[in-house]
Amino acid sequence: MEHSLLIQSLVAAIFVSISASLLGSFVILKKMALVGDALSHVALPGLAFGLIFNFNPFIGAFLTLFIAVLGIWFLKYQTNLPIDTLVGIFFTASLAIGVLLIPEHDLLEAMFGNIASLTIQETNVLILLSIFIIVLILTIHKKLAINMLSEELAHSANINNKKLEFLYLFIFALAVAIGVRFVGALLMGALVIIPAASSKNISRSLNSYMSWSVIFGIVSAVIGILFSFKFNMSPGPFIIIAGAVLFIISLFFRKLRHY
Amino acid sequence: MQMLKVENLTLAIDSTPVLENISFKVDKGEILAIIGPNGAGKTTLFKALLNLLPYKGKIEWHKNIKIGYVPQRIEIDKDVPLTVLEFLKMRGPKISIQKIHNILELVQLKSDILKFGLGEVSVGQRQRLLVAWSFLGDPDVILFDEPTADVDIHGQESIYKMISHLREKSEVTIILISHDINIVYQHADNVMCLNHKNICMGKPADILKTNQLQELYGGERGFYYHEHQH
Repeated sequence: MEHSLLIQSLVAAIFVSISASLLGSFVILKKMALVGDALSHVALPGLAFGLIFNFNPFIGAFLTLFIAVLGIWFLKYQTNLPIDTLVGIFFTASLAIGVLLIPEHDLLEAMFGNIASLTIQETNVLILLSIFIIVLILTIHKKLAINMLSEELAHSANINNKKLEFLYLFIFALAVAIGVRFVGALLMGALVIIPAASSKNISRSLNSYMSWSVIFGIVSAVIGILFSFKFNMSPGPFIIIAGAVLFIISLFFRKLRHY
Repeated sequence: MQMLKVENLTLAIDSTPVLENISFKVDKGEILAIIGPNGAGKTTLFKALLNLLPYKGKIEWHKNIKIGYVPQRIEIDKDVPLTVLEFLKMRGPKISIQKIHNILELVQLKSDILKFGLGEVSVGQRQRLLVAWSFLGDPDVILFDEPTADVDIHGQESIYKMISHLREKSEVTIILISHDINIVYQHADNVMCLNHKNICMGKPADILKTNQLQELYGGERGFYYHEHQH
């Protein structure tokens, strides 16, 4: 029983970490590491609604994240306010609402995730959604990279920046919502950011950057799941610590990338 | 053939007027230089021409025209994980290596730059790469926003020579923003002086006179002649 749960958790974690680290490649490229981390906390009120009104917390998390990114996207074009200001406001408000609404005994799970409660059906849905995110990112990754270098340059190449940014934020909401189940709302931002940050240290080209980001994401997820089963604890902290160790190792190779 | 006709272009940002009743036209193959002090609305005018900002008035490009844009600068981290080759290939789905090599030759860059990271090349090289990027889209018109900002004096002259070279080799129409009046004098066919309004427009020899420049920039500005007595 435990063996099949381990396999199920590993497979789901691998897919979720691939989608998170691919997303993270562009979060880092857009210099939105802190913004991305903060935004992931917006999942909390959604998880709370799911728990209170007895529906799947994933749907709640996705809905609040999606409403938040939609609001940020809309306000960015309406007010010209910097995106980090907007995220900062959404983030703190969401954290406050989430902590107030989530029953105390569920708060720990919402913040740090719980893989043991995952059903086969949920795992299958997470895998399918991860594949959808992976395909979507691979389809638009070149346009995203140009948009992040310069919006004007992207526009001159007939890229619709508004549509692309909306799509990117939609992917963000979806990827974070599915990852929250594993590592919780507090640590999800790290699952997105750390593999890409490590990969940037050793990559010169976009292809190797995205590939190494995925490899680091998978390695962290697998190590995290194995440790969580061994010590019977939440996988979130183990996944993040494994990622952080890989990041430190990548720092040693940072200088080599110029050779 | 007329490539662009602008009539009574008016634009405000956060209810502050930036451009007021601007009208001008650009013919095929022409180099039009736009000069004016900082904050005069030059880059805003480009953004309006690229349809990136809402405006009143009329901007009429020739039908089915392709517009290239070379921004003033793009802020790139030294360690950005993107090679020059990847960057150039991102210009479109059907960019061949041969086409990239041809365009690198046009902007006078060597092919070995392709393997470098985009953040590792010099400012002058990056500016040429932006021109190459824009040429990969086979543009009929290129908008240059201060193509020599942040480039040293030697690099500036070389970039303007490249722009002249581009016009000789292709029939591209060029609209450029520049602060360097000497360069504008040498390379532009027409000059537009902009300070929120269209203050003057015409041939460089007619426009770039001390009184016109003083009106445009305020204070003293002009050409200083040094008579050699060797």
